[in-house]
Amino acid sequence: MQLAEIIKSLNLKVLTNPKDFTVTQVKSGYCSDLLSCVMTGASPEGVWVTLMAHGNIVAVAALLDLSAIIITEDAQPDQDTIAKANEKGVVILSTPEPNFAVIGHLWELGLRAA
Amino acid sequence: MASKHPVISDKEAEHITRAEELAYELRIQEVMTEDVFCLEPEMKMETALDIFQKEHFSGAPVVKDGHLLGILSIEDLIRALRENNMDVAVQEYMTTNLVTVRKLDPVVEALKTFSQTNFGRLPVMDENGTLVGIITKGDISNGLLRALQRDYHAEELIRYRASHLFEDIVSGRTSLILRYDIRKGDFTHGGNASSNIKRALLRLGATPQVARRCGIAVYEAEMNLIIHTTHGGTLRVEIEPHKITMEAYDDGPGIEDVDQAMRPGYSTATNEVREMGFGAGMGLVNIKRCVDEMRLISSLERGTNLYMIIYLNDDDTNPKTIQ
Repeated sequence: MQLAEIIKSLNLKVLTNPKDFTVTQVKSGYCSDLLSCVMTGASPEGVWVTLMAHGNIVAVAALLDLSAIIITEDAQPDQDTIAKANEKGVVILSTPEPNFAVIGHLWELGLRAA
Repeated sequence: MASKHPVISDKEAEHITRAEELAYELRIQEVMTEDVFCLEPEMKMETALDIFQKEHFSGAPVVKDGHLLGILSIEDLIRALRENNMDVAVQEYMTTNLVTVRKLDPVVEALKTFSQTNFGRLPVMDENGTLVGIITKGDISNGLLRALQRDYHAEELIRYRASHLFEDIVSGRTSLILRYDIRKGDFTHGGNASSNIKRALLRLGATPQVARRCGIAVYEAEMNLIIHTTHGGTLRVEIEPHKITMEAYDDGPGIEDVDQAMRPGYSTATNEVREMGFGAGMGLVNIKRCVDEMRLISSLERGTNLYMIIYLNDDDTNPKTIQ
């Protein structure tokens, strides 16, 4: 499904540079707050739901070619993290909702695990 | 002057586009129109109108004996038409208040002049003050597009050359070695080396799958050096046509029980490190999953050496291949 559809349905805030999200495909979802688990479990062109907002999430998303990171519970990445994400073409989205609710919405939209 | 042109910070410089850079690199003579059609000052306005209509001109310089006297534009023609005065000479209506640019100046000078004046075209002069061409905003757009196109081809060429590196260089055994020093506790740059390695592999023509496997393996090794070592360590990646050998080594403190370290979920990470999302106890397990061969040698005296190998040109039957 298109990332644009997810952003609109879940009313997500785009923290990185805006771009045409209708061309970004999302093929699966994954959730964890442990980086190595994400390395194991997340798939390319997937969306990663996490509570973590520190800089290390960017490298993980870039290495895995993820379509986007959804940061939950309004956790705020710092400016350096957002700058790094923009540099590496990683999309960071934000929502006040917790992981559980976000995954529920994504599931309802038809998104599944890889 | 200083307040009008503040120094651009590195941060702002990031946002300078390639097109803006090119405006400084390209010279006016590279984008201007040469062999400009010139009018003579005694020519009648009527004749100029005919020429403009036939040739679809919107303006032309007026020249006598090689000297630029003025510019006649559509606006001047309209003025003459309105005043029903088409029988007079071009020099009666031409614009003589001339703003010119020099052919060796960067394109950005012409852009500045365009924004400061209302002129649609500027005469371009050589060092001797002779008219050598005309420049319009359209010429600049076209010139920039051509230059961007050239850039694009150059980048393609670099990619092509990099991906044919191993074919071009003949030796008994050719390899490319990349080395990265990783500092203890440097979470800020964590993942940089792995990103760079992944990009290098893609440039060299590796498939996205191979580049991703290497990226993940090296990332875990890189983070281990940042988290667990005493003084940091080194990543060394040797790329050969048939395999990629990745090595992470450090001088301590070493792993007490290697078998235990390899067990999924086992971690010695501190609470602070865990709060940053590390310490899942999956790093070495992940590496094993991504590479074809892995060897971990460690002692409390000498530190840790981790070898990881990925073979290339594998037929896709390798069960370890991820995605």
